[in-house]
Formats: sequence, C-alpha cells, structure tokens
Amino acid sequence: MLGIFDVYFLEALLDGFLLGGVFALLALGLNLVFGVIDVVWICYVELVMFGMYGMYFLYVAYQVPFLLAALICIAGVGLLGVLLHVLVIQPLLGTAPINQLLATGGVLFLLQSAATVMFGVDFRNLGIRLPVLELSGMYISFARLLAFAAALAGMVLLYLFLARTYVGTAIRAIAQDRQIMPLMGVDTRRVYIVTSLIGGALAGLASCLLVLQYDVQPFVGLTFAPITFLIVVLGGLGNMIGGFVAAFLFAEIISVSGLYLDQEWGYVFAFAVFVVLMFVRPQGLLARRS
Amino acid sequence: MNRLLPWVGAAALVALPFVYREAYPLHILILILIWSFVYTSWSVMGRFGLVSLGHGGFMGIGAYTTALLWNYWHLSPWLGIPLAMLAATAVAVLIGYPCFRFRITGHYFALLTLALSAIVLQVVTATRDVTGGSLGYTPERYEGGSSIYAVQFLDKETWYLIALGVWAFGLLIRYRVDRSMLRYALEAITEDEDAAAAAGVHVTVEKLKVTVLSAAMTAFAGAIYCQYQMFISPDTVSGIAVSLQMVFATVVGGLYVLLGPTLGATVTILLTETLRIWFGTGAVGWDNLVYGTLLVLFIIFLPQGLLGSVLARLTPARTRAG
Repeated sequence: MLGIFDVYFLEALLDGFLLGGVFALLALGLNLVFGVIDVVWICYVELVMFGMYGMYFLYVAYQVPFLLAALICIAGVGLLGVLLHVLVIQPLLGTAPINQLLATGGVLFLLQSAATVMFGVDFRNLGIRLPVLELSGMYISFARLLAFAAALAGMVLLYLFLARTYVGTAIRAIAQDRQIMPLMGVDTRRVYIVTSLIGGALAGLASCLLVLQYDVQPFVGLTFAPITFLIVVLGGLGNMIGGFVAAFLFAEIISVSGLYLDQEWGYVFAFAVFVVLMFVRPQGLLARRS
Repeated sequence: MNRLLPWVGAAALVALPFVYREAYPLHILILILIWSFVYTSWSVMGRFGLVSLGHGGFMGIGAYTTALLWNYWHLSPWLGIPLAMLAATAVAVLIGYPCFRFRITGHYFALLTLALSAIVLQVVTATRDVTGGSLGYTPERYEGGSSIYAVQFLDKETWYLIALGVWAFGLLIRYRVDRSMLRYALEAITEDEDAAAAAGVHVTVEKLKVTVLSAAMTAFAGAIYCQYQMFISPDTVSGIAVSLQMVFATVVGGLYVLLGPTLGATVTILLTETLRIWFGTGAVGWDNLVYGTLLVLFIIFLPQGLLGSVLARLTPARTRAG
C-alpha cells in the first residue's frame, strides 16, 4: 500500500486539521483588519505573544481561573489592538500604505524587545497537562481539539456579529467601499476602532489557545508569523474564505512533513508549495489586489 | 570648494588607518561601512516602492554559501562569493518573477518577502548538521591567518580599506542606477503600473533587473560580513529581524538620498554600541526597544529620514536626483 492508511499518517492529518483551526483564527484577525482598514499588522503575532504572557502571569502567578484569565486576555489584547490603531495607524492613515506597514514593523521590534526586557528570554508554560485522547490507535491532543473547537466558535461568533448587528454591517460595508461609506453617514473612525478591537480580541483568543500547546518566550512570534503571512497572502489579503482554506492546507503540510522530517522542514515545504501555487494559481492571490 | 569637499573627505577616509590604529574604533567603522553597503543595497530597490522584507534572506544566502563552500570543498571565496551571489540571484528570480508577473505589489510583496527571510532562517536551522543551526557557523582559519586566497586578514587596517572600497562601490552602483533609464522606468512603474506598461515599459523585466541587482549586492555584503567577522549565525545575517533592521536604518537615514543609508547605519550602530556600553550585559532587548520606538516615531513624524529632511530644508526648490 502507499502507506496512506498508516495510522501515524492519519494522526498527522488529523493533527494538521486541528492546527488549521488556530491558523485560520490568526489569519481571520489579520484579514479582518486588512479588509476594513487596509493596513497589515506585521506585529499581529507579537500581540498574540503578549496575550500568551498575560495568560501565563494571570494563571500561574495570580492563580486566576483559566476561563476568567482567558476572558481578561481577550479583552486586554483587544485593547492593545485599539491602542495600536489609535497611536500608530491613525496618524498614518493618509500616507503611503507602505509607511503603515513599516510602522507596525517598528511595533514588532518594540513588542519583542519590551517582552525581553520585562520578562526575560526564559521559556514559560502554564504547566497544564491536558489528557491525550485515544481513538482507534490514534492519539489526539486534547489541547488541540479544544483549540480547534474554540477557534471555530470564535469564527462563528464573528460571523454572527458581522452578519447580524448594525456595527457589523457597517464594517462589511466599509470593507467593500471605503470612499462611499463616510458619505452615507458612517463614522469610519468608530468603525476602525471597533475593527481593531475585534482584530486584537481574535489575537487574544488565539493566544489563550496557543499557550496550551506552546511555551511562551519573546520570540515565539517567529514560529507563527511566517506561516500566518503566507496564509493570508495565498488566500488573498482581506479574503476571509481564502484565508480559511489556505490555513488548513498549510497546517496539513506542516503536520504531515513534521511526521517524516523536522518541523522546520514543514515550514520550508509550505513555502515551496506556496511558490508553486503562485505560479499555477495566481488568481487565488489576485482576488483582492490593491 | 563644494567640488573639492568629497575628494578631501575620501582622502581622509583612505588615510585614516595609516595614522589611527586603535582597534575598537576601527572595528566600529568597519561594521558601519559594511552595514552601510547592506542598507544601500536594500535602498537600490526600496526607493522604488519595492519594499522587500526578504533581504535578510539574501544576506544569509551570501554568508552561508561562501562559508560552506570554503569549509566543505575548500573553495576560495574568490569563487565562493560569485557563486553565493548567483544563488541569491536565482532565489530572487524564483520569488520575484511570479510576484512581478502576476502584479503582486505593496502589502502582498512585503509579506511574501518577509516569509522568504523567515524561511531562509528555518532552512539554516533545519540543516543544523551542516550549518550549525542557531549556534552559528565559523569559516575555517587559513593556516597562517592572513591570506588573499582565503580572503582572511588578521589586521583591522586591511579590513577597513576593503570595507571602504565595498562601501564606495555600493554608492557608485546606486549613483549609476539613479542616472540610468532603469530609474525612469521604475519611477514610472511606481507612479502607475498600467500607464507605464502602456507607454512601453516592460514592468516585469525592469522590476526583476533592480531586484536581482539588489539581491546580489546584499548576498555580497553577507559574504564580506562573514569573512570579516569569521562567525555567522542565523540571527545576525538572516531572518525577519535583520530584514526589518535594513528597512529601519534606511528610513532613519533617508531612503531617497544617496548617503541616507550610510547615515542610517552610522546612527543605528553607534546607538547600539552606546546602549551596549551604558547598560552592559543588561542591554539585551533595550537597544531594540529604542529601535522600535524610533522607527515608529520616524515614520510618523519624519518619513524622509534625517538626511532627507535636512536636505529638503536646505534646498527646497531644487529636485534632488540622488
């Protein structure tokens, strides 16, 4: 046989599927902010890193129950997103788009080094041992299952918010036409701030889920940042469905190649696949070009 | 007098190591010159709105290819460096061609190239059996220490002169690009790609030209850096941090002026060294904290950079070519 029914292979596939949920969540937040404000937060994953530290200190140092800590974290990182928008993005809204991108690059430096200065370079984790489920010979990490479910729930909530509420409708409208909406009486400033809050909150949610699976350290962003950017570019910046599909594709590539080789090679393969896809299916990328 | 000034400056720079031989200041000067060349290489394409965050990758390719060829096959850097530049060129074409062909610009391009620099770092880390991974890598010392064949020199004076030559060469390339047809084509593309294409500019080819030039220069810089420091690690020559550092220093100095990247390198390296001396080993993180804050402030309040703003103040009416 091709080894396709190998139990390890199936396990890696399933693992990749679960990992894809968290990647999709990350890509979703970045896509939302880009779609509405037309800004890429290069420091997005660093916001997640701060959320992970928040979880660590709340849960380990202050003994806050996990769920409460998670809620505080989601709100906190959401506020961080608002702060980022008001302090850095807002003064730059009228300038060349690349300036906004570079400014968030500066924030990336700032957040990384602020974490180094404040928390040191030690690896920290919550010390929660979640059970591993066994399903006909396959082992499934409960942390991943939980992360997948929570990520999915977060996405459904966001969908309902965008589809059913007045502010959500305004957000979608601005994403479609940035010039007309102010004329229709929508306060873009407010919508941008709400969007930043949600974008940050999604990063906060991702941080609560990732902290269960990974140690936190100032450079943890480097593990997720490249893959998140590849996902949003492949899906088409601002295109949420595209990002969703790309997230699962890349998570599978990383997970399956991690089975046979080192994890780093998974990232390298994902990049190779990405380059090939760019040649073969550029329309996927051109869905919303600027 | 104005004509004479650059020549006097150049003569003073060349004469410096013959009169002044203090090791530490010379070391700092060499680093400033090498990084000035790196930033100038980046600015060759960066000034045309092609904001690449993948140059850390090219620098890493240059440094690691040269060092690996020397250690494993004893291939002299005289051959290794051109091969490294060729490798960087190949990667630049492989990534650049689809980008330019399918009109991936702005945010897309920046994010894509950002991923490239991260991937080069991942490859170096993944092939740790060969490259030493994140522990870094050292080219073998040639017996006897200094050797033109191995491009290894023990004394700082020689390296200073080499770095000076490399830096001047970088300025010359940028100066020539600024006065070439390529510049007009690329400026037209920056303004409006469709209009430029309609006017007969081959958008993909022109962008590829400048990208390949910039990538090859950066790979060269990586190799020179490796030969000078005799130690490279993924964090110092590749990855996102190095790429962002290139953008940052160039923006601080002034992207649109010839000596902007040089000023940027001078300011940032002196800043790092000062912070290092002030804080001692406690400086870990502080220098980047200042970096990041300054970068954000600069982009908001002084997007033309230090030198750019000063020149704009001095010559408000004249158009500045370089």
